Amino acid sequence: MIQVQGLAKWFGKFSALRDLRLTVNQGDFIALFGRNGAGKTTFLRIVAGLTRPSSGTVLIGEAPGKSPGEARGQMGYLSHNTALYADLTALENLRFYAQLHGLPSGDGELEQRIEQVGLAGRGREPVRNYSRGMQQRLAIARAFLHDPAVLLLDEPFTGLDQAGTEFLKRYLSDAHARGSTCLMAIHDAPLGYELASRLVVIDKGVAALDAAKPSITLAEFQDRYRALAEDR
Amino acid sequence: MLTKIWAIFRKDLLIELRTKDSLNAMLFFGIVVLVIFSFALEAVRDSIRMAVPGILWVAFAFSGTLGLNRMFAAEKENSCLQGLLMLPMDRGILYLGKMLAASVFMLFSEVIIFVFSLVFFNLTVWREIPYLALVFLLGTLGFTAVGTLLSAVAVNTRLREVLLPLILFPVILPILVMAVEATNIILNTMDYRALKLPLTIMAVFTVIFATLSYLLFEYVLED
Repeated sequence: MIQVQGLAKWFGKFSALRDLRLTVNQGDFIALFGRNGAGKTTFLRIVAGLTRPSSGTVLIGEAPGKSPGEARGQMGYLSHNTALYADLTALENLRFYAQLHGLPSGDGELEQRIEQVGLAGRGREPVRNYSRGMQQRLAIARAFLHDPAVLLLDEPFTGLDQAGTEFLKRYLSDAHARGSTCLMAIHDAPLGYELASRLVVIDKGVAALDAAKPSITLAEFQDRYRALAEDR
Repeated sequence: MLTKIWAIFRKDLLIELRTKDSLNAMLFFGIVVLVIFSFALEAVRDSIRMAVPGILWVAFAFSGTLGLNRMFAAEKENSCLQGLLMLPMDRGILYLGKMLAASVFMLFSEVIIFVFSLVFFNLTVWREIPYLALVFLLGTLGFTAVGTLLSAVAVNTRLREVLLPLILFPVILPILVMAVEATNIILNTMDYRALKLPLTIMAVFTVIFATLSYLLFEYVLED
């Protein structure tokens, strides 16, 4: 589904990624771990087409000749930044993104989306009045409005309370069960372990550890992750 | 494509109508420029009509720059720009939507500033209004064609408010000079046949700026 070959990204003299190689199969749920600055966000941004790599390639889907626009249409990107307009209502935000995706943008469809993320009856309020958790729920509806095949998640749990965390966990598990491919950068090892089917640690710009979940317990993973961090 | 351009324009318009962030600043600044010139040129009030074209375009250009500075700053809040860049569409569409919004805001502020200038400088211009409207429209389109691109360049820098006028004014100079010249012809010499040259130059520059900006827009938004 996604083939990453020899990916490198330099910011001046600092290399965020050196030679990252990774194959993501359809239906994989990969939790990406790594210390701050390891290159997780850079990697997700390159896959999303938001950043150009210094070298290497990312092939998405079967056809390598896909235009960037077509490839972006298969992906949804959710981070702790909501990409919502605070002065618009939830409905207006979703309508705007739906129109740009070329999706139906009637009140009925959009209110259903708002209901799905637990914000029923709040669609006509400006996003500025929402709590952080409510904004993140709406951001989920925004990012996955077009039911993308690939979900790119950059620290999506940041700032969420217990209820918000539980909601997002359920949402991602359901998406994964429906066959979506997920790539999630996360620091919380137990949470990442719980959700993912594969665990990848990015260290020194490469995929230093890549393990399918049945083959490794949480304790073993944490030991190896800690060893990589101490090795620096 | 038109639906998407319209959606971007409508979104910017809705936000502006609610916050009035750009228009208030643009109008305030433009009118202050008029007040200052009105006092400064009190001694030459009899021949002030000669100075009005320059004064008007100084006010338009400075207030327009304020508007352009806000254009992408609003997209940085909550990383909305990232949300837009993830959309499966040609990024040139984003440029066209933003340019349309910038042009409408600038034209609106120009109309108000112009009305104030009639009062401050005691001008009567009924017959000239269609010609002036054409010059304002062309000048504004040229200004926003390049201004929208450079605003997107500046928004990713630390010095964005300072950087935008520094990179915008040298590029936009041919259009501004021709706009002043055309306004001067309309208000003072009234030789409307002489309008052809400045209007042609403005139109050519606008088409070139808009085409290049449309093509380059994708690259200025990426890291």
